Amino acid sequence: MARVKHAKAAANYIHHSKNPKAQHNAASHLRKKRDREVINVPGWEHLRETASQIKMHTLSNLDKYLEEFERKATQNGVKVHWAQDGNEMNEIVYGILDQHQVPYLVKSKSMLTEECHLNDYLEKRGIDVFDTDLGERIVQLSKETPSHIVVPAMHKTREDISELFHDTMKTEKGNLDAKYLTLAARKDLREKFMNARAALTGVNFGVAETGTVTIATNEGNADLGVNKAPVQIHCMGLEKMVPRQMDLSVFLRLLGRSATGQSITTYSSHYQRPKPGGEMHIVLVDNGRSKHLGMEDFWTALKCIRCGACMNTCPVYRSGGGHSYGYTVPGPIGSIITPARDINQYDDLPFASSLCGSCSDVCPVKIDIHGQLLKWREVIVDHGIVDKSKSIPMKMGSKVLSKPSWYRFAGSIARKVMKQFPGLVSSMVKDWTRGRELPEVPKESFRSWYIKNKKKNDK
Amino acid sequence: MKVGLFVPCYIDQFYPNVAKASLKILERSGFDVEFPLDQSCCGQPMVNSGFVKEGEKVSNHFKNVFKDFDYVVGPSGSCVHHLIHHAGIGENEEEPKVFELFTFLSEHSDVPVMTKSFPHKVGFHFSCHALRGLRLGSSSELVEEPHSIVKPFLDAIPDIEWVPLENVDECCGFGGTFSVFESDVSVDMGRRRLEDHQSHGAEYIISMDSSCLMHLEGVSRKQKDGIKFLHLAELIEKVM
Ligand code: SF4
Repeated sequence: MARVKHAKAAANYIHHSKNPKAQHNAASHLRKKRDREVINVPGWEHLRETASQIKMHTLSNLDKYLEEFERKATQNGVKVHWAQDGNEMNEIVYGILDQHQVPYLVKSKSMLTEECHLNDYLEKRGIDVFDTDLGERIVQLSKETPSHIVVPAMHKTREDISELFHDTMKTEKGNLDAKYLTLAARKDLREKFMNARAALTGVNFGVAETGTVTIATNEGNADLGVNKAPVQIHCMGLEKMVPRQMDLSVFLRLLGRSATGQSITTYSSHYQRPKPGGEMHIVLVDNGRSKHLGMEDFWTALKCIRCGACMNTCPVYRSGGGHSYGYTVPGPIGSIITPARDINQYDDLPFASSLCGSCSDVCPVKIDIHGQLLKWREVIVDHGIVDKSKSIPMKMGSKVLSKPSWYRFAGSIARKVMKQFPGLVSSMVKDWTRGRELPEVPKESFRSWYIKNKKKNDK
Repeated sequence: MKVGLFVPCYIDQFYPNVAKASLKILERSGFDVEFPLDQSCCGQPMVNSGFVKEGEKVSNHFKNVFKDFDYVVGPSGSCVHHLIHHAGIGENEEEPKVFELFTFLSEHSDVPVMTKSFPHKVGFHFSCHALRGLRLGSSSELVEEPHSIVKPFLDAIPDIEWVPLENVDECCGFGGTFSVFESDVSVDMGRRRLEDHQSHGAEYIISMDSSCLMHLEGVSRKQKDGIKFLHLAELIEKVM
């Protein structure tokens, strides 16, 4: 896969996309709703800390909890599968569908299946997939990828969606009424739901002590699929585990509020066993997670409950758009999990941050996101894979700045460096001046002023 | 008590008035201040770009230069945050304690007496490293009692009108080398901050970090929106 170049993709979004403000407007709106809601929760910070502790504990004992989960689920009559990578997950899902000769699949929101490109895999083998989350359906119909993990079509405006539905579902041209458009999509999907013989969902939490999976949605689309279709499949990343059912009382309180500023998502469904005459499958997917868990400086990123708050708050994400990260999970959290998956492909993402730290403060499970961004930069530089444009100025800088005599007599350091590396500095200056003026260089530096005026007086 | 004035490299070169104002405020508050001439930079630009070893060379030099002082005080939340939290200066008993200017004043002195009027509408930009790094104020993400180390200073400026903001603590987009590696995003973020301040009527934007101001002013001058910029030390020095 091509190496992701965030700056270029983000610049493209800012200057050439149809709605460069769409992502910003929608994400800021969610951040504000979140603020209004969390302020009313007594002990919010305590809740975050508790969630963080539970996740740390679970991840530190993940093998034990996964086995307990498998045991309990199997006792409940669920078929549990293990997939080492995305391809194995796809094969397993295809195997189940093929065995039942299922012509199509209804699928609720699952970033894991996006990550593993399940739709592609199944469609190539003759099985149609209908994404039933409205946002994901929009993205699917427009043949795009999600730009946000909670609001997949966040980059689209109502106008875009109206046009798309007109083209694909023959809705009235130019009708911008949200209710009308939503109903049209519902009607279109209703028939798919009614005749579906298999439904697939993502999973928010897997509870070890009960062997259940918990799925939070606002549209009830996961439930519509699962309750109607005889075969239900739940694909779940290994890190979704929590030990006890009561832990959900912590996480469900955090999730809806952090994600969309709702005190709780409309539906929180717990699936435990197959319906009479039906089948229930859970696919536990690794796809790089256990390798990530072994990374001393980075394993806590797996605490993530995918609420999207770090995206909503991130001004870089809002400016450059979700697609600029080139991965299913964008934004700050995407920038610290992608290099754990493939450092060569995603080495640019940890640099796509001003390190303002807002993500770490907003995160409901207290991941030190900006600390990890910084740490990844160090690892990437040590790997020696950093771009020349980033490395030369740094080496130069440290030489000049650790030798006071150089620095002191340089007058203006910029002028001095400029003489030595005309190309380099002008390219940095070019990047600076594209949207900014350079600071006006004063007549004398503070240092010269101090030597003239203060030092003299001292003597 | 021996106070070493730390002047970040870009302030030395581009904003000498900020350093002069800091010196004057400290001296006016009765401190014996010296500016050691061998100082250069804190090492933050290297470390923030992943060049930790390069940054260490620079911060080791810093330790050497300031080793005979009790306190090191600098007018930058960002560089001071780096020195304390990344370079670890002050962890060791023997090493001097590093302070951001206004934190030092509020812990070791009083708010300076300000007598001259500044009858303007002004927006305050709380830099991220001062806010979420040094925790000099409450950040909007956390649910906590509001607190701010600079508020007493801001409140003491005669006749000033602080304008409210839509986003009280959003990053301006500078981010050190981020500003050139990701220049389009950086500028876009800067424009958004300026718009917030200007739409609330701000004539001036004030901050305790000249790096944010250098970036914001750069964007502002390019789009010729007429906003003026001052470091908080410069503003206080003006009205003292
Ligand atoms: S890192 Fe934290 S804020 Fe970001 S999606 Fe995950 S849980 Fe939410």
